[in-house]
Amino acid sequence: MAVKNFVVGLFDEEAVLFPAVKKVRTAGYKLHDVYTPFPIHGLDHAMGLRETSLHTAGFIYGITGTTTALSFMSWVFNVDWPLNIGGKPHFPLPAFIPITFELTVLFAAVGMVMTFCYLCQVMPGVKKHIFHPGQTDDKFVMVIELTEKTNAEEVKSFLASAGAHGINEQKAEAGWWFGRFDKDDEPYLRKVHTANA
Amino acid sequence: MHLKYESTLREPLVDGVKDYHQVTEDIISPIEGKPGKLWYVGFFISLALLGFGAFSVFWQIYFGVGVWNLNKTVGWGWDITNFVWWVGIGHAGTLISAILLLFRQGWRTGVNRAAEAMTIFAVMCAGQFPIIHMGRVWMAFFILPYPNTRGPVWVNFNSPLLWDVFAISTYFTVSLLFWYSGLLPDFASVRDRAKTKLRKLLYGVASFGWTGSTKHWQRHEALSLVLAGLATPLVLSVHTIVSFDFATSVIPGWHTTIFPPYFVAGAIFSGFAMVQTLLIITRKIVHLEEYITVGHMEAMNKVIVLTGSVVGCAYLTELFMAWYGANPYEFATFFKYRAAGPLGWSYYIMMTCNVVTPQVFWFRKMRRSVAVTFVMSIIVNIGMWFERFVIICTSLYRDYLPSSWSYYRPSWPEVGFYLGTFGLFFTCYFLFAKYFPVIALAEIKAILKTSGQNYKEKMEVYEEEPAEKFAHDVAHSH
Repeated sequence: MAVKNFVVGLFDEEAVLFPAVKKVRTAGYKLHDVYTPFPIHGLDHAMGLRETSLHTAGFIYGITGTTTALSFMSWVFNVDWPLNIGGKPHFPLPAFIPITFELTVLFAAVGMVMTFCYLCQVMPGVKKHIFHPGQTDDKFVMVIELTEKTNAEEVKSFLASAGAHGINEQKAEAGWWFGRFDKDDEPYLRKVHTANA
Repeated sequence: MHLKYESTLREPLVDGVKDYHQVTEDIISPIEGKPGKLWYVGFFISLALLGFGAFSVFWQIYFGVGVWNLNKTVGWGWDITNFVWWVGIGHAGTLISAILLLFRQGWRTGVNRAAEAMTIFAVMCAGQFPIIHMGRVWMAFFILPYPNTRGPVWVNFNSPLLWDVFAISTYFTVSLLFWYSGLLPDFASVRDRAKTKLRKLLYGVASFGWTGSTKHWQRHEALSLVLAGLATPLVLSVHTIVSFDFATSVIPGWHTTIFPPYFVAGAIFSGFAMVQTLLIITRKIVHLEEYITVGHMEAMNKVIVLTGSVVGCAYLTELFMAWYGANPYEFATFFKYRAAGPLGWSYYIMMTCNVVTPQVFWFRKMRRSVAVTFVMSIIVNIGMWFERFVIICTSLYRDYLPSSWSYYRPSWPEVGFYLGTFGLFFTCYFLFAKYFPVIALAEIKAILKTSGQNYKEKMEVYEEEPAEKFAHDVAHSH
């Protein structure tokens, strides 16, 4: 959690956004994020983000489910309470397949969604700074973080030349906090930060 | 020019002149306005049905399972019929969202949200039946493998009925997660344009604080894709396992290896029919004709005629095998007591509704007619209800011992319970249609510039150009 200074620019067209992202990266500005109302394919690569490992996590959760189901059922039927059910074998592998499959899917799905929520830090009650309300409607919102080395006016004119409009400067919390969207609690947060600093 | 390109020969998926903001406006403004009179009428009828269902269930729990007309011979009647029917309906949602996502079918974006909602509500309805059927519902938790003081005596992992517990609960959970993860960005859209404080608060909580960051979208895409990959075999497994409830028994009429594919095809068939019923009403009431187009309905009608024909083939295969298998009991079940006999009428309702009438969809004109589609969607679901009734009751009512042969008709608490699940289903659906974005907003925006009508029209210029000229122009513009 930290309050930072940002320069925000809006884009309307994907065709303008992509070259702009490229320009920002070549110019060496610190690209905080681009907020979009829908997934734009290739934008993550254009921004130089690395591939997500969520798939791998899903695979690990899946095989955890597989082993849990198989070992639990085998333990119950062979060790804990070996019950004679119509003379059937104690390790009926084909009969174990349906539950094993279901638990594989269940573990993978639940685990992945929870990991997704953890990584993206989304949860009921979580609040984040919204740079522009249009970022979930029709605007692609490019946010550049200001460091000691960057000059706000220079970034602004740079964004304008890259095709952005509605350019403005915002001082905002970069992380998440517990809050309500019907209340403007950022001034309060800022006060807490200044007190800590 | 947009980054992706789709042939102009394909029908637009979004009609009319739209930009991103207009899409948001069209889909979210019904949430912000007051619901119409029709909504209230429908909602209160559903609530009344739900109340009657609750009363019927109360009656059954209070007096015991004896208030149902099940008897020693016909031990599964309307309850299990309704269970299988609702689960079947619940298959279309995940099929549309998962399998069609993997097959890259663009048209799914217009209908997936409502279809997934329908899946979740249908599975909620389905789950009630086996639980209430247990009789002593307060002991329903005995079906779970938990450490207990009775030994511990565990559940029987060999039993298809237990597989069902796992299959249905997994299916419900995964469908819910899939549906809700898709809803997060759309709730955020509602939140960010909300004018009232209450709406900002509620949709703020519901959106989990979604911002639309590119990194989050990247993970969201990965999540959707893997969930789709998981849900695809899952959706096939669920009705397969439901069919095992029957197929692993030794009852003639149930004991067939054809059941899993036959049940899955039937489930998709009835599920798509229910999606049609709901969407035809929804697009009219919420004015979404430009997003749920006749093209969408035609695509679904193609699935209906395909799966209906698969089901028809299965019926004929069953009849053939009953004769060819030379098992006198099986022959008697199919030819004496199913296709004839006191319950024979149900067999012909099933055949007419599921095999004969859907053949109208071979004609393009019929596939594209809203009225025909609506009527057909209801006929198909009547037929599919009777299919389950036929499979269950006509196999049971004439068993091995002629002295125990009986007949079956439901009592009022059974009918009441069934009506009650309609109440639950439509209550949930009405609330969904009012308070949730009925169409996957972000997904529609993602395909808008390739499949929206006004964008497709722009491409016609390039389409008419000779390939050489186009290549020349592109080479020079970069």
